[in-house]
Amino acid sequence: MKTNENPYIPYYATVEDTWFETGGERAIKTFKVVFDDEEVRKNWNHRPGQCAMIGILGVGESMISISCSPTEGDFLRFSVMRMGKVTQALHQLEAGDKMTVRGPYGNSFPLEEWEGKHVITIGGGIGQAPMRPVVEYVKANYQKYDGLTMIYGARTSGDLCFKGEFEAMAQNEDLSCHLTIDIEEEQWDHNVGFVPQVLLDVKPSPDNTIAVTCGPPIMIRFVLENLKKLGFEDDQIYTTLENRMKCGIGKCGRCNAGNMYVCKDGPVFNYAALKEIPEAFS
Amino acid sequence: MSAMLLNKEKWPDFVEKLAGKTIWAPQGEEAEMRFAPVTEGEAPALEYGNTRVPPKQAVFPQTETMFRFQLGGEELEIPKLEEEAVLLGVRPCDARSMAIVDNLFSWDENDPYYFKHRELLTLVGLTCTEPGLNCFCTSVGGGPASKEGLDLLMTDLGDQYLLEAITEKGEALLKAAGEVLEDAGDEQIKEKERLTEEAAANIKRNVNPDGIPEGLPGLWEDPLWQRVSASCLGCGTCTYLCPTCHCFDIQDEVEGFSARRCRTWDSCMFNEYTMHTSGHNPRPSRRERTRNRINHKYSYYVDKFDVIACVGCGRCINLCPVNIDIVDILRQVKEAL
Ligand SMILES: Cc1cc2nc3c(=O)[nH]c(=O)nc-3n(C[C@H](O)[C@H](O)[C@H](O)COP(=O)(O)OP(=O)(O)OC[C@H]3O[C@@H](n4cnc5c(N)ncnc54)[C@H](O)[C@@H]3O)c2cc1C
Ligand code: SF4
Ligand code: SF4
Ligand code: FES
Repeated sequence: MKTNENPYIPYYATVEDTWFETGGERAIKTFKVVFDDEEVRKNWNHRPGQCAMIGILGVGESMISISCSPTEGDFLRFSVMRMGKVTQALHQLEAGDKMTVRGPYGNSFPLEEWEGKHVITIGGGIGQAPMRPVVEYVKANYQKYDGLTMIYGARTSGDLCFKGEFEAMAQNEDLSCHLTIDIEEEQWDHNVGFVPQVLLDVKPSPDNTIAVTCGPPIMIRFVLENLKKLGFEDDQIYTTLENRMKCGIGKCGRCNAGNMYVCKDGPVFNYAALKEIPEAFS
Repeated sequence: MSAMLLNKEKWPDFVEKLAGKTIWAPQGEEAEMRFAPVTEGEAPALEYGNTRVPPKQAVFPQTETMFRFQLGGEELEIPKLEEEAVLLGVRPCDARSMAIVDNLFSWDENDPYYFKHRELLTLVGLTCTEPGLNCFCTSVGGGPASKEGLDLLMTDLGDQYLLEAITEKGEALLKAAGEVLEDAGDEQIKEKERLTEEAAANIKRNVNPDGIPEGLPGLWEDPLWQRVSASCLGCGTCTYLCPTCHCFDIQDEVEGFSARRCRTWDSCMFNEYTMHTSGHNPRPSRRERTRNRINHKYSYYVDKFDVIACVGCGRCINLCPVNIDIVDILRQVKEAL
């Protein structure tokens, strides 16, 4: 769906619910928002992996992953880490407040192509935000896929997003859900250790499997290394890039990694293609 | 399309016939020259080469209001762009730059501001008979009388201008001028061709771009990038004043309760351009930024839109405070291939 005739004009959306995922200086707050205009709500049609420019008039806009799957309902979810000007202002919003939204932007995970395969997501920290829709989508269309494995980690249990949901998933026999934290904590009965190590321990078979990974660059580097060790081919691996963005529609020029505009050609990339872009991992 | 002659003495009459449209032409001191609306009776300064500020400012202003709003309000007021204008004396390279940038601004969806300005503008070009010191348009697909992007091309034939319509808009201008003009004949067309060839022969700078677009990615780690960027100050002049550079930033400006969202020219030569909020910068030094500038123009843009995003206007060479020279960089690229 194209938004307005003028793609820079945002829509209004009202925060229906909001909660903190994590605390601290760089807290992550999730917003569940609903478009004010019914027409927009009906026509909005995003796919897992896409992003939106969300913002506050007079402050600015930030590119944020849409962290819900369209299978969940007529709302959007964003999980925002408090970083600078715009994200700080967004954190002030409470239920009933308005934000602006334009999008959806970028390509998406080719979930139709993956039908019949096993999907494994490997995430770290806020990197789980773009992968949550993949998890939710596969869960909602479970019969079309050959199962789902999820590995997700953060520094401490307090830094894990979507904890409640995952705790429930971990109980689900059909799903293989592995949570991990870097350092031992009391009353933590999941894994302890870095995500790439947990990946080796879980030891997923590369047969008929797609691996998706998002997280801090250093984690991604070791995850890619370990996926290779496990026998995954480059084209079985997907990840997302995050470059600074202003327009979201391939005009302002700033988001390029080599000859790719991350806002249009990405943010989702197959590793076989990404490997050829010299700037991709800078 | 028709070709007409304008006797230079009738210049004021010609300009009068364009009434109703704002006329922009090169103005100001030579070193500060830019396109600006002409006040009545004033003769435009057409004899100089390239204006310092390229005419891209007419379609992509340095600062453009995207919409205005009141803090706390919900109404977004989008400026109405409706002023028709004629740009007089556009150099063929600068007109070509617009045709090149059109590709980007229409990629999948049109940039509404850019194309509204484009639609309202008629571009009247001027054949270059005396190329500048650092012009190299003929190396990158242009030429002193290139018509790409123009609606009408004027050529100075001494006492007269030859006016050749290129598009319907150009044709309409000739029609509007009516009896001020006379029909041109083969003789004048031949004279123009002679002048153009002479001018092309006087272009001293050149580089053959064959092999550069495909070859650049392979030179990613080449020491040449360190070499050619060592003296760069990161001032951004080469990109701000480049007619094909189109990058912008978007900012909200607030004054009291009135606010606007606007976009402003930005430059990939600035550190902040790619810096993440975390402080991480994928292009941490001038080496990476210079490499991106050259790759963007001579490789990425070619991949995407099949045309080099440089028209050889020479501005970046003329205006760089430390004499960084794109032709020289391209030569080094060729040598390293
Ligand atoms: C595809 C994609 C998906 C993303 N998904 C998410 C997500 O799901 N959740 C999430 O939390 N984040 C996500 N991000 C990151 C998020 O976009 C940034 O963290 C956010 O834009 C930071 O904005 P800010 O206004 O808070 O930061 P600020 O740094 O305050 O930026 C505000 C403005 O100030 C200016 N500025 C910033 N730093 C400087 C500087 N050093 N010098 C000069 N000017 C500066 C810039 O013009 C900027 O627009 C994503 C990013 C991308 C590209
Ligand atoms: S790169 Fe330099 S020579 Fe080429 S169009 Fe831009 S300013 Fe002109
Ligand atoms: S004009 Fe010269 S010094 Fe300034 S950013 Fe460009 S190359 Fe560097
Ligand atoms: S964000 Fe503007 S070009 Fe990608």
